Amino acid sequence: MLTILVDGIAYGMLLFVLACGLSVTLGLMNLINLAHGVFAMAGGYAAVVLVNRLGMPFAVALPLAFVVPAAIGIVMERTLYRHIYAKSHLEQVLFTIGLVFMAVATVDFVAGSQQVFIRLPKALEGQFSVFGIGIGKYRLLIIVICGLLVLGLQIVLARTRFGSQLRAAVDDPRTARGLGIDVNTVFAIAFAVSSGLAGLGGALGAEILGLDPQFPLKFMIYFLIVVAVGGTSSITGPFLASLLLGIADVAGKYYLPKLGAFVIYTIMIAVLIGRPQGLFSRGTGR
Amino acid sequence: MSAPAYPILIASVAQYLGRRARWRSAEYAFWAIAAATLVLLPGKHLILTEIAILGLFALSLDLLLGFSGIISLGHAAFFGLGAYAAGLFAKHGLISEPVLALLASGLLAALLGFATSFLVLRGSDLTRLMVTLGVSLILRELANRFDGLTGGADGLQGITIAPLLARFAFDIGGHTGYLYSMAVLFVLFVVARRIIYSPFGLSLGAVKGNPLRASAVGISVNARLVTIYTIAAAYAGIAGALLTQTTQFCSLDVLSFERSADLLIVLILGGTGYLYGGLIGAILFKLVQDWLAAVTPQYWQFWLGLVLVAIVLMGRERMGAWFAAARSLIRRE
Repeated sequence: MLTILVDGIAYGMLLFVLACGLSVTLGLMNLINLAHGVFAMAGGYAAVVLVNRLGMPFAVALPLAFVVPAAIGIVMERTLYRHIYAKSHLEQVLFTIGLVFMAVATVDFVAGSQQVFIRLPKALEGQFSVFGIGIGKYRLLIIVICGLLVLGLQIVLARTRFGSQLRAAVDDPRTARGLGIDVNTVFAIAFAVSSGLAGLGGALGAEILGLDPQFPLKFMIYFLIVVAVGGTSSITGPFLASLLLGIADVAGKYYLPKLGAFVIYTIMIAVLIGRPQGLFSRGTGR
Repeated sequence: MSAPAYPILIASVAQYLGRRARWRSAEYAFWAIAAATLVLLPGKHLILTEIAILGLFALSLDLLLGFSGIISLGHAAFFGLGAYAAGLFAKHGLISEPVLALLASGLLAALLGFATSFLVLRGSDLTRLMVTLGVSLILRELANRFDGLTGGADGLQGITIAPLLARFAFDIGGHTGYLYSMAVLFVLFVVARRIIYSPFGLSLGAVKGNPLRASAVGISVNARLVTIYTIAAAYAGIAGALLTQTTQFCSLDVLSFERSADLLIVLILGGTGYLYGGLIGAILFKLVQDWLAAVTPQYWQFWLGLVLVAIVLMGRERMGAWFAAARSLIRRE
């Protein structure tokens, strides 16, 4: 029971790190980025290559799994995404689906279509028990890292100059621009960080979620659920949404294996019907 | 109420609508060529059947996207429901006559379309994307879990389709299947054309252009959207049923996300909002897919993605200019 809860929390935290960038890009530039999972996959594969092929320690590979997708993200933002902000949602969907198809085929070509596993250090394998509950060491590590990230993000958003610029730009890009905030630069940085976070999530989650070329397609719906349910106006919304989703998914798969993912999709549709702006949004109609 | 008061106005509107709905010579040519393939290309009937079915499916999405402005990422839900319904009807001998089974499958899909249409009325584009995607994923999950009924991941096997109209058996070369698919496509196309050129179709255009204004001039927006969504679902269901009947097989693949995504590509390739976009797109898509699959069997999706990205970056408007010539042949603005 509690083991499921811990697993669910770890899973939800992972989902948050994977998806929080999406809520920023959606809220900031009104961009529907179905290719968000591509960056997560990039981070995952970067970590696998670094650890398995080059024999780097896991702890060194993780930051690099942030840097590589962030670099890819900033390049793509400057060269490609920049052109589609002003386009209709339909075109954004087509464009990003196109990117997903290209990424899936490219990874398939380079790394093969089979699932890859990351070689974890011995210290992270196995379980230890707290008050008689078995907790996987790796799960605990995920919870700790993701928890720190959440705290860090919250502090950056709430306390720093950049954070307030970002919040201003999300709330109303035109006014923010009028006040002299360089929204384009803010967005480029946010895009890079969100890609990097996705990549870090992909690397951390390679063990739990599985990593294969179909990754962006398989998890696209989960990212979208987090954003749709959590709303785009804060990071607490997506955070709570991911925790809910993670726990519901793990518990659902454990207790109702026959129904599987069915529960989650139904909840999502119910939430969207009841509150199209998301469960935790402030209800600012945009 | 005002009908007797403005007879001249009514007459001129009727005249305008009549002129607008007239068949153009290019349309006759299109269908003449399509009919000619029945006789002239007997060796290609299998792939032509696929094109006809894809064209019908794309026509169905065009009714939503091109004429009503509803984005859907889950149109495969209705296609898949129709496909499984037709398969189950045939397998268990519930409705053995293919044409009847086709209609029944379309009706089932229409029911699902009607039920879910209320979900797409609310919210923004993103909400619509999510809801349509969610519905199709739920259906796929159901088909996967209830493997006793649907065969799960192995697909629905052991389907034998009775002869068409109790007379024409489906042959291995796909000739009966192609004739059947073309007949269904043509009939449904004519129906769609009537719908689009009717006053109802005009009001859909108004809803697409600006829902708020449309409701201000007295169009009940929600009723229009529910109706067209239901019709489009029926079309997609019939397309799915045709696929099952002509291939005598049905798998989870009919409900996949890729099918919905591919469908968008088909429609974008052909252009939206002039009825022939789906059909032309289906021809282009299948030819390109066939060619790419021959050149790079495993990685054709890459080039498909590249085409998509290029289309968006170049701008559909500019692409539209290329198609404008073709379009003006068919529809006079």
